[in-house]
This record gives sequence, structure tokens and C-alpha cells, in this order.
Amino acid sequence: MSELLKIDHLSYTYHSLEGETQALFDVSFSVYDGEFLCVVGPSGCGKSTLLSLIAGLLTPSSGSIYINGKDIKSSGKNIGYMLQKDHLLDWRNTLKNVTLGLEIQNKLTENSYIQINDMLNTYGLITFKNSYPSELSGGMRQRAALIRTLLLEPDILLLDEPFSALDYQTRLEVADDIWGIIRKEKKTAIMITHDISEAISMSDRVVVLSKRPGTVKNIFEIKLSVPDRTPFTARSAPEFKDYFNLIWKELTCDEQKN
Amino acid sequence: MNRKTKKVESESITVSAAQKEFLRKHLIKKRRIRFFQIILLIGFIAFWEVGTYIGIVDPFIFSSPSRIIKTIFEMAVDGVLFYHIGITLLETIISFALVNIIGLAVAIILWWNDSISKVLEPYLIVLNSLPKSALAPVFIVWLGNNMKTIIIAAISVALFGSIITMYTDFKTVEEDKIKLIYTLGGNKKDVLIKVVLPANIPSMISLMKVNIGLSLVGVIIGEFLAAKAGLGYLIIYGSQVFKLNWVIMSIVILCIIATGLYKLLTYFEKKYSR
Repeated sequence: MSELLKIDHLSYTYHSLEGETQALFDVSFSVYDGEFLCVVGPSGCGKSTLLSLIAGLLTPSSGSIYINGKDIKSSGKNIGYMLQKDHLLDWRNTLKNVTLGLEIQNKLTENSYIQINDMLNTYGLITFKNSYPSELSGGMRQRAALIRTLLLEPDILLLDEPFSALDYQTRLEVADDIWGIIRKEKKTAIMITHDISEAISMSDRVVVLSKRPGTVKNIFEIKLSVPDRTPFTARSAPEFKDYFNLIWKELTCDEQKN
Repeated sequence: MNRKTKKVESESITVSAAQKEFLRKHLIKKRRIRFFQIILLIGFIAFWEVGTYIGIVDPFIFSSPSRIIKTIFEMAVDGVLFYHIGITLLETIISFALVNIIGLAVAIILWWNDSISKVLEPYLIVLNSLPKSALAPVFIVWLGNNMKTIIIAAISVALFGSIITMYTDFKTVEEDKIKLIYTLGGNKKDVLIKVVLPANIPSMISLMKVNIGLSLVGVIIGEFLAAKAGLGYLIIYGSQVFKLNWVIMSIVILCIIATGLYKLLTYFEKKYSR
């Protein structure tokens, strides 16, 4: 697998009238093509800041981010971003919601509807095409949000705790759903979560960040011996709890030191 | 709208006896309320009319329902009534339209540029709290004794509150919805058109319902001071020459116009909200 994204000595500091807060300090890691990477860390460790930096919504205080060896601003690569909540717009139906990104980028043509209908069909939303968000279940809303992002054909997908607003049972189902879609579309994904089990169940590698200012403490490669791995079956892998303990220790030793 | 009625239909097929009983009671209560509302109106009119006959109410200063109807009829026949109503309505609708258009434009500018909004904030607050009727005489001096003055006076009544309310509503749009537009590659214009404006259509319609009333208030104040026609003129002129029939009739017609305009907006609100 080739290196797609490289984060190089990245730091970020927020400024406000109350003073400055260093959110990230000297963060470096790489993401490989087709990989599913999870970033875990205690709350307030700058996880969301990291995604905003990769998405180009913020400019690094120091350090750089490269895609295929080119600086992120000039790479011309598309980055998809999924926020914590689905944020479907209440006044648009499902079809109008998924086309929002294309509309904004002026890429919505007659031909796009073939692909849109295809995706809605594949991911079980075709019959809800004309429904409004209030009529969709949590899982359907999350899928619609993902399709909205995928239609822009992103090279890298960023997911910011995409399941945190869902109840536990829906969460497991939607995690399987979303993971399946991302795999099927062969996308590279970086997901942020504070749920260790979720991170292990979904990812190829897990990056552990320290508490603020966030910096990389360790990176674990997740290798689970289950046939037909999905986030759900991964949870019954024999190695699962070992990884859990490893990451748990990594996260908590941080607190004991202080 | 359509979706809602569909839902109700599908529910009504499987209604239980208890639910029917509940609906029946609800209907009885609704009818009882309507009954007392009508009784109150009829009672008031009857007391007023009978009072003038038996001498408790002086018809010279209080007029009477029969005199009002007679006056309406007389003035309708020679067409003066429609002329005055038409003038007031025209002024109200022009002011209302301008308040909404200017208000929306200024609110968008303030939302777009934080520095401008910070600079203008204290002035908007002062202008909003100022009793606008105090400005009307000044407008007469500046603009003359004409319809332009009345419209400007009416606009001044509703405009500043409108701007402040709309701008505050624009500002309360969820931060993450704005972030969403940026993550999809949009810019500030997209945020405005795709999120801020559509999210605020319901609040803009409620604001219009307030503005239609305020525009009418402004027009009447304007007509009191600077008019040769209109219901406000009729009220002032009527009270000066002691034709209280004119005054009370104009007030009754104003009640009807105010209610009518409000209902019209409620109708549009229902039509355009899902």
C-alpha cells in the first residue's frame, strides 16, 4: 500500500481573548491508500482540530500535511468530511439533501442523477427519495449524509465521531453499514472516536493521542483473526480484548503521570 | 401539508371508541368556545345599540351600530369610502413591502460583515427604542405633506425592529450546519443561500405578521399628521368636526383590515410550511 496522506510535525494553537490554547503539538503519522485509520484520545485532545486541519478548514500553526507528496492546499485532491451529526437540512428531501454538495460545487448535471439513483438504490434509500429527514431513521439519515459526501468522490474520507449521536444498538448497526459502504467504495478513511471498542472493530490501525496538547503516543496495527471481518464480527475476535487493554493502558497511563 | 393530511387519514381508519369519545368532547369544547365568542360580540353590539335608544349611551359621542352601518352605506354609495380605504391599504402595503425588502437586505449585510454589524449595533438599538411617532413631524418638514411622508413614517415604525430580529435569527443558525457547507466546498454565499435563508423562512413569516400590524400603525400615525385622505385622515378630521360616526366607522373598518391582512399572511404561512 502506498502512502496517501502524510502529517508532518503538525501543531495548532487556538487564540482567544482569554489566552492561547495549544490543541495539537508535533503530530506526525501517515495514512496509506485504502486504509481505515482511527484516532482515539481523551476528550479535548484536539481530535476534531486534526480533522479540520486535514480538511483545510484551519491552517496549521506549524508543520505540513501532504497528499501524494504534495502540500494539501495545492494537491487538488478532494477531501470528504462527515460531521458528528448527519446535519441533513430539514427543508430538503432526501434527494435534495444528497445532492447538496454537488449543487454547491456546480457539478450537478443530468448524468449525475444516474449515479445518485444507483447509490440510493444500493444503500436502501431509493424508496425514501422524496421523504424529509424527520421521516428517516437514525441509520438512514447517517447513510444519506455519507452518500452526500461520497457523491463528491473524495480521495480521503474524514469521519468525526459519526455515531456519537446514536443510541447503542443503532450505533452498532450503523457502524457496520457505514464501514461496509466505505469498503465497497474503496475509500481511505480517517475516523475520530473516543470509543476504544469502536476504533478496534472498524480500523486497520489505531492512532492514540495524548491529552492536550495532543501528540501521537502510539500507533497500533489491528490484526484480527476472524473470517469475513465486519465491525460487528470483529468484536468477537480473540485478540479484541488484548488490543482493548493495550489501548486502554496507553490512554490511562497518561492521566496517572499527571 | 399533503403529507400531514395523509397521516391523519390513515389514522382515522383505525379509531377506537375511546378516541372517538375524546374527539367528540374536543369538538363540543371547540363549539362552546365559538358560541361564547359570538355571544360576546352580539351582546356588545346589542348593548351599544339599545343603550343609545334608552339613553345610557350618548350617540353623539359614541355613535351607534345602526348609525355606523348607515354611514358606511352612504359613503359607499358616493364612493368616498373606497377611496379612503384604498389609500390606507395602498400606503400600508407599500410600507410593508419596503420594510421587508430593506430589512432583509440590511440583515444580510450585517450577517455578512461582522465589523459593520458591530459598528452599527448601538445606533440600531437607539433607533429601535425611539418612539417613532416623534419622528413623523420631522418627516413632514423634510418631505412635505404627502404620501411619501406617510410611507417613510410607517417604514420607520417597523424597520429597525425587523432588522434586529432578522439579524439575530440569522446569527442563531447552528454552527455545524455552516461548517457542513464549508466541508462540502462551499463559501459564505453558499452558507447564506443554502442554510441561513431557508432555515429562517418560518421566522421571517412570523416577523411579517408583526410587520403588517406595525405598518398599519405607522400609516395611521402618518395620516393623522400629514394626509388629505385615508382612514387616519377620516378619524382626525371626523373628531375635529364632531362627526363621530366617521371616526368610529373608520376604527371598525381598521379592525377588519388589520384582521384581514393578518389572516392573509397566516394563509400564506400555512401554504408554504410543510
